[in-house]
Amino acid sequence: MNPQILGVVVMFVATLLLAVPLGKYIAKVYSGQKVWTDLVFGRAERLLFKTSRIDTTREMTWKQSLTALLTLNVIWFLWAMFCLLNQAWLPMNPDHNPGMTPDLAWNTAISFLVNCNLQDYSGETGVSYFSQVFALMFLQFVSAATGLAAAAVVFNALKDRTTTQLGNFYNYFLKSCTRILLPLCLLIATIHLFEGTPMTFKGMDTVTSLQGDTMHVSRGPVAAFVAIKHVGTNGGGFFGANSAHPFENPTYLSNIVQMIAQILLPFAMVFAFGFYANKKRLAWVFWGVMTTGFLILVVPTIIAEVHGNPYIAQMGIAQPGGNMEGKEIRFGAVASAFWSIATTVISTGSVNAMHDSFMPVSGMNMLLGMMINSFYGGVGVGFLNFFIYVILAVFIGGLMVGRTPEFGGKKIEAKEMKIAMIIALFHPFLILAGTAVASYLAAHDANMGWWFADAAGKHNASGWLNNPSHHGFSEMLYQYTSSSANNGSGFEGLTDNNPFWNISTGIVLLFSRFLPIIGPVAIAGLIAQKKFIPTSSGTLKTDTGTFGLLVFAVKIIIAALAFFPALALGPIAEWMKMH
Amino acid sequence: MKKEIIPSILLSFICIILLSGIYPAIVWGIAQITPNKGEGIVIKEKGGRHFYENIGQNFSDDKYFWSRPSAVNYNAAGSGGSNKGPDNPEYLLLVQARIDSFMTHNPGVNRKDIPSDMVTASGSGLDPHISVEGAMVQVKRIAKVRSLDENRVSELVRAHIDAPMYGMGPKRINVLTLNLALDNIIAH
Repeated sequence: MNPQILGVVVMFVATLLLAVPLGKYIAKVYSGQKVWTDLVFGRAERLLFKTSRIDTTREMTWKQSLTALLTLNVIWFLWAMFCLLNQAWLPMNPDHNPGMTPDLAWNTAISFLVNCNLQDYSGETGVSYFSQVFALMFLQFVSAATGLAAAAVVFNALKDRTTTQLGNFYNYFLKSCTRILLPLCLLIATIHLFEGTPMTFKGMDTVTSLQGDTMHVSRGPVAAFVAIKHVGTNGGGFFGANSAHPFENPTYLSNIVQMIAQILLPFAMVFAFGFYANKKRLAWVFWGVMTTGFLILVVPTIIAEVHGNPYIAQMGIAQPGGNMEGKEIRFGAVASAFWSIATTVISTGSVNAMHDSFMPVSGMNMLLGMMINSFYGGVGVGFLNFFIYVILAVFIGGLMVGRTPEFGGKKIEAKEMKIAMIIALFHPFLILAGTAVASYLAAHDANMGWWFADAAGKHNASGWLNNPSHHGFSEMLYQYTSSSANNGSGFEGLTDNNPFWNISTGIVLLFSRFLPIIGPVAIAGLIAQKKFIPTSSGTLKTDTGTFGLLVFAVKIIIAALAFFPALALGPIAEWMKMH
Repeated sequence: MKKEIIPSILLSFICIILLSGIYPAIVWGIAQITPNKGEGIVIKEKGGRHFYENIGQNFSDDKYFWSRPSAVNYNAAGSGGSNKGPDNPEYLLLVQARIDSFMTHNPGVNRKDIPSDMVTASGSGLDPHISVEGAMVQVKRIAKVRSLDENRVSELVRAHIDAPMYGMGPKRINVLTLNLALDNIIAH
């Protein structure tokens, strides 16, 4: 087999083989069964809870869980804002990077709080080591744990019983950190140390190159950062070039490890649901739907990237490596293409190649991955997004066969449907409204005044584009799609560090994070209170291939109807121009 | 909400200590027992100079194997790609100019033997590698400038191919170590 293809097949299969036992372990952690990590963390956790005055035996309702979640998030936001605005005088700033402007700090704090990591700054010059470790890396842990804990509340609500008591949110949260994220991160950071990723608090090094040029080399505590960046599907890079940077992702092996690290938890959470709620067949149906979507997106992307750029082919040179603009030799076109789709269907948003320079088909598939946002999806929240589509499919399926819609022995009624519809439609609304405003401004070359200035100090809106025509439109579409999907990757040519982009995407980020958490938790909480109806011949079976197909169809219909016009103006038009 | 504020603040404080204090300290500790001590892979030269094996360098001199074009000019104080779209006319002109310049510096090379990685910028701007084809196409020039036998130079290139790991991933050549080896030939 072609060595590059073999590489991605191995990545995928290895992830699946690891995810099933990990899912079982996660289910045990959330249901409070004995696991081996009790020996290491059990006592420490009890101490931490005692210090925080938290009684983990207190059962919470869905509303109380959400209150705790939001309170924690407000505190973290304030802490991150403080760090980012004051990093110039705070310790651990060997390269003397300045404090952030308020609009950049707003965008950065929110985007790490919501697990997006949009990064309108560059790590080398934009943040101190203190901010990296105490603000950004901290948020990478706790935002992932927030998603996991919210998913755990939903798992609990979907058990076959009637209750309002959905477990203790703080307990789910802290255990997500100590039992799941920390052990995985320690393992992954250690592998990176051996591969050559730095873990130092020394500042920039000065090197004289072999040819005699003086060059500066940024370093930092990268290994610790890069581990949680992937395990928590955050995706925010330590360096500007993210996982394309040879310190952040030094070898093909480190690339495999990072790839597995980012898909592992999204896979495992599906299986964890199966083990936890004792619905294993249903979990495999869910995983099958997700994988089908993933493969439909990833295969054409790999083909397009290996095939290369037709315009460059016309220049008469060879493209043995495929489309190499924005790609690294050590990963090659196949692993880069695989990564670009994995990182967009999951909400990681880390990159090992520059998405702006991919072929139009690839760009469209990345956009679709984020528009659907639940072919796997981010840690915890991917499952929550998927759950919304399941509710919609149950309702539509119920209507089609003339039965009352039921899921897991609970009736789905008007209230749940309303919430699900709002969540499902809000995502396209945020993306399309944002893109429409930005493209209007760019098309009219509006004078943006305080809101925007390019490198030359001009205030014309078209100045934020790095590419003309359809590709320029795709840059704006991508930015809002990435924000609304809480993804964080970008068509990085866009000049986004200015009040217009910082503030507008910051607002999109807030809505698109918390509504899709509140909605599913609310639905699950409402369902949990309902009377349990045992399965009968009148029940619409959900753990079948037919139902899987229905969920898949609902996703495609919503995405196609909502996004096809926008895609036609961007990547599809670009593709037609090139062929 | 009031009831949750105090526990939330305390829990956040504890998490900061655990996740931003203890966790990186452990990783830093592990780094001290790894071969590179968490400083990246450093190549130390006899003359006292040091290089980072993974951070690519700018090689534009005809006597060295060239690296790939870079959007940040191999200044590792920053990093990044060109972010040019595949059909950007300005970008295509730039690629054309790079091909022309490559042809001028490597007379006698067939246009169709130039691999695209030698005329396109990497994602990080710090790519330490070039493709095998990218090195081979420069052999003629190196041999001429250094008055070496062409076979000897291509032998050296072949010796520096990093094979795919367990049969996975692309073949590649680290430009810095190849050029260091090239300088050593002269010294002997």
